[in-house]
Amino acid sequence: MRPGLADPTLDSQRVFRSVLEATSRPGRLVNLAAAIEPPPPLHPATAAVCLTLLDFDTPLWLDGEAARPEVVEWLRFHCGMPLTAEPAAAGFALIADSRTMPALGAFNDGTAEHPERSATVILQVGALIGGTGRRLTGPGIADHARLDVAGVPDGFWSWAADNHARFPRGVDVLLSAGRVIAALPRTTRVGD
Amino acid sequence: MGPTDARRRWMSVLAQASPAELEARWHDVEASPPHRVLRAPETGLVMVRARAGGTGMRFNVGEVTVTRCAVELEGGAVGVAYIRGRDRRHAELAALLDALLQDAARRDALERTVVAPLAAAQTARRRAAAERVAPSRVEFFTMVRGDD
Repeated sequence: MRPGLADPTLDSQRVFRSVLEATSRPGRLVNLAAAIEPPPPLHPATAAVCLTLLDFDTPLWLDGEAARPEVVEWLRFHCGMPLTAEPAAAGFALIADSRTMPALGAFNDGTAEHPERSATVILQVGALIGGTGRRLTGPGIADHARLDVAGVPDGFWSWAADNHARFPRGVDVLLSAGRVIAALPRTTRVGD
Repeated sequence: MGPTDARRRWMSVLAQASPAELEARWHDVEASPPHRVLRAPETGLVMVRARAGGTGMRFNVGEVTVTRCAVELEGGAVGVAYIRGRDRRHAELAALLDALLQDAARRDALERTVVAPLAAAQTARRRAAAERVAPSRVEFFTMVRGDD
């Protein structure tokens, strides 16, 4: 088994600040400085976000690639979160293989009275490239941002558009690759 | 006694040992084995719950300060310790010994040189405390009132 964040308190505060930065500026690439050696197939950014956000209050759904015994053991040891086999029952979803991911509509999108009870999807992708790709607009974006995501299925951007259309319901997506994260919250409009 | 029971027993002995005794016994063990720290000693609060008798409602007695630590030896054995109080060194030593005790080749020697003496010391302390308070015990009984 591998250790978690080197300094559980300060590192998770730094990572949380970065997640906040990414979520309030959708499409912006944010570097995570935390030094961490997670079990494969998790990338450092994916693992740091998991260790920062998951705890005993957050049921986690894992895709087939993430549900390896080493990953499950490591996450349970460091976060102590319950696991769920039902995507719709999860507070957080961790997708390590974005190519075979289920549609974003499979996850809990909250209720009209309590949209905040929806799921957050941590989606590990092949690469995140800023300044090119899809046109993103909405709260937190001055004019528009561009974000290209490598390794997502063909339907991903239409799922993201549907996710925005359900506002205030919908899920928030945290994209991660290597040591970088970017957010695609439900408030963000996806163009061409 | 299954392996889980055995481990539960030595973890309990290590957690309840006095830090000074544990440190002294640790010096009898060979130099600190190569290991890495999975969870550095950290202190937090645990809510202790109890029942007033077998049929009583569960209630919160209060919070107790607990320090926990987890280490992994080179062979992959993971040692875990939860101790009452905030002695980080105590938690670390207890976790290291828990990991070493899982190695069947070393268990007997460690049981003899570390766990058994610590357990004996704890039993003696408990008995001394019981003997100290025994003279002040009050036996209650009910007087039966005769008919007329």
